[in-house]
Amino acid sequence: MPPRSFSPKVVTANRLLEGDAVWLTPSGRWSPDMREADLIEDEGRAAERLAEAESQAGLVVGPYLADAKAGPGGPEPTHFREAFRARGPSNYRLGKQAELTGS
Amino acid sequence: MYRYQDFDRAFLAERNAQFRAQVERRIDGSLTEDEFKPLRLMNGLYLQLHAYMLRVAIPYGSLRSAQMRQLAMISERWDRGYGHFTTRQNIQYNWPELRDVPDMLDALAEVGMHAIQTSGNTVRNVTADHFAGAAADEVADPRPYAELLRQWSTDHPEFQFLPRKFKIAVTGAEADRAVIRAHDIGLQLVEKDGEIGFRVLVGGGLGRTPVIGKVITDFVSEAELLPYVEAILNVYNRFGRRDNKYKARIKITVNEEGIDKIREEVDAVFVRTRDEFTGFGDVLDRIKADFAPPALEEGRGTQAYSDAYEQSPVFRSWADTNLTAHRDADHAIVTISLKAHGATPGDATADQMRLMAELAERYGHDELRISHEQNVILPHVHRADLPEVHARLSEAGLGTANVGLASDIIACPGMDYCALATARSIPIAQEIATRVDELKIEHEVGHVQIKISGCINACGHHHVGHIGILGLDRAGVENYQITIGGAAGSDAALGTRTGPGFPAEEIVPAIERILTTYLDLRCDAAETFIEAYRRVGMAPFKTALYDKEQSRDAA
Ligand code: HEM
Ligand code: SF4
Repeated sequence: MPPRSFSPKVVTANRLLEGDAVWLTPSGRWSPDMREADLIEDEGRAAERLAEAESQAGLVVGPYLADAKAGPGGPEPTHFREAFRARGPSNYRLGKQAELTGS
Repeated sequence: MYRYQDFDRAFLAERNAQFRAQVERRIDGSLTEDEFKPLRLMNGLYLQLHAYMLRVAIPYGSLRSAQMRQLAMISERWDRGYGHFTTRQNIQYNWPELRDVPDMLDALAEVGMHAIQTSGNTVRNVTADHFAGAAADEVADPRPYAELLRQWSTDHPEFQFLPRKFKIAVTGAEADRAVIRAHDIGLQLVEKDGEIGFRVLVGGGLGRTPVIGKVITDFVSEAELLPYVEAILNVYNRFGRRDNKYKARIKITVNEEGIDKIREEVDAVFVRTRDEFTGFGDVLDRIKADFAPPALEEGRGTQAYSDAYEQSPVFRSWADTNLTAHRDADHAIVTISLKAHGATPGDATADQMRLMAELAERYGHDELRISHEQNVILPHVHRADLPEVHARLSEAGLGTANVGLASDIIACPGMDYCALATARSIPIAQEIATRVDELKIEHEVGHVQIKISGCINACGHHHVGHIGILGLDRAGVENYQITIGGAAGSDAALGTRTGPGFPAEEIVPAIERILTTYLDLRCDAAETFIEAYRRVGMAPFKTALYDKEQSRDAA
């Protein structure tokens, strides 16, 4: 049976102490740079990785799966909400756009 | 202004110590997020898209200079050097870190401020007319009653677990500057046969089901205010829909049961609460003494004002839009616009906050107000000092002459910050303001209120904007729905949808078409936007918005 179509996902959350958006990397680290996220192509693996994130309540708050797609530098958002989380607000150069190098 | 008593100070110190311990227990893992979340929300701490957000109450929008300075200090020490003033007369800090929040709360407590009951199903920050105590048209200063309600409802055991949040607003004047008709309870001070009392409205609210509040009684005396409000809350506690969050506000209860039935129930409970009520002793008198009007300067001429008005077009333009009549003819109420064209509505930097504090101290009897329109007010400035005040404001980027005009926009944080948002609001406000400034039409257009929300929760009051804009997510793209004909004052009304929404890049031209259509069809310059709309209805605006030929011409 062919696998049901599954749109690729990343696991994302906000850091407990800083509150900023972070993404789960393949090695299980939380990165402030979405391009370092683990792009998950398989539904079962997505559930596993989300469970892994949920067990880290001392590090992050509210982990969830967000749609993403592969880009030249790494995973990219497909929805504008996630794009803002990865970039920061549009009225000031604050948040990720100011903190990450190379963005 | 109300000064904290030992009781308030001890209460705040205890609450802050508790919260500090709760934060530590969350960090060391003894509290789960599910356990911690309601605790942080009770203390005004939200988690948004990019960071935590701390919401600080500014009761009835009144601040002393020392408090404004402390807000500036907090923004620099623990945030990014600015604060966002909101439609609920709160200030929000958008970038605090969890560990710093207890220190921020302690710093607030030093100047008698806090973030309690800025969230949760409680009686929220009681709001009031931002011109209170200064306006020429008021029956009495509404703030002592707002403070009385604040003291009475804060930590009141019966009201900590209401079916949903509960918002009360008080105004002392017929002209409603506190949007009392969009609150769960709206109170308007009235005088009957020489006695002060209240007209009480109930069941107003915005959000996904907007409702204009209805009059439940035309008069309840000052002495009976608390037992009457208690009766309303008691009936709400019993009838409120706890089964469904979206039906839990009192507006739904009033709509479902009918205002007559609610009135009957309230009257029945009121018989009891009135009997049980032992009076507030001298509490109200003491509060009133705290709000004693400032000693205004007498006998000083206003020539400096008249000269500046005659000689400087820039000053004249500012005076025409940003000043309001004070009850004393030699004084004026100054509205400082936090809406410089292209800036974020409601934001002030730490330097700007300090300047406003200094001006309030030197020229304004140490008083500042925050309006629900997201501006700052100096309520008592002598006219002779206005040229100096204007000059100092202008140097700091605070001299924009646009109060009440098209660029004086209310906008909620929207998707630039808010986790609930479906679209952005701030950039839309920035672009509209920039555009009307380029066109130089806003003084010609005159009074019009544009209000923008980034989702159906309506924090930006879009339903009651003359022009309302609601940001939505339509299949993964930001889309903006327009309403026209809403109003927030004593003529409160809900706007009507114009038709299909507009994508982000078309919303500014659409608003421009609405404004130019109004200019074309108004009887004369005296007919305001909302008056013209009420006369001609939606049709010409619809044509301007959706008729393809016309929109191509305009593009
Ligand atoms: C973290 C950001 C915020 C969250 C989570 C939030 C949440 C909400 C929700 C859920 C509602 C709908 C309530 C209902 O219909 O029962 C609401 C309404 C409202 N909020 Fe906010 N809000 C936020 C920011 C703001 C800001 C910044 C302001 C002021 C500018 C504000 C002022 C209001 C007002 C005026 C209403 C509508 C009046 C009413 O309660 O009916 N909110 N908010
Ligand atoms: S209206 Fe929606 S987007 Fe705007 S602040 Fe309220 S909840 Fe957030």
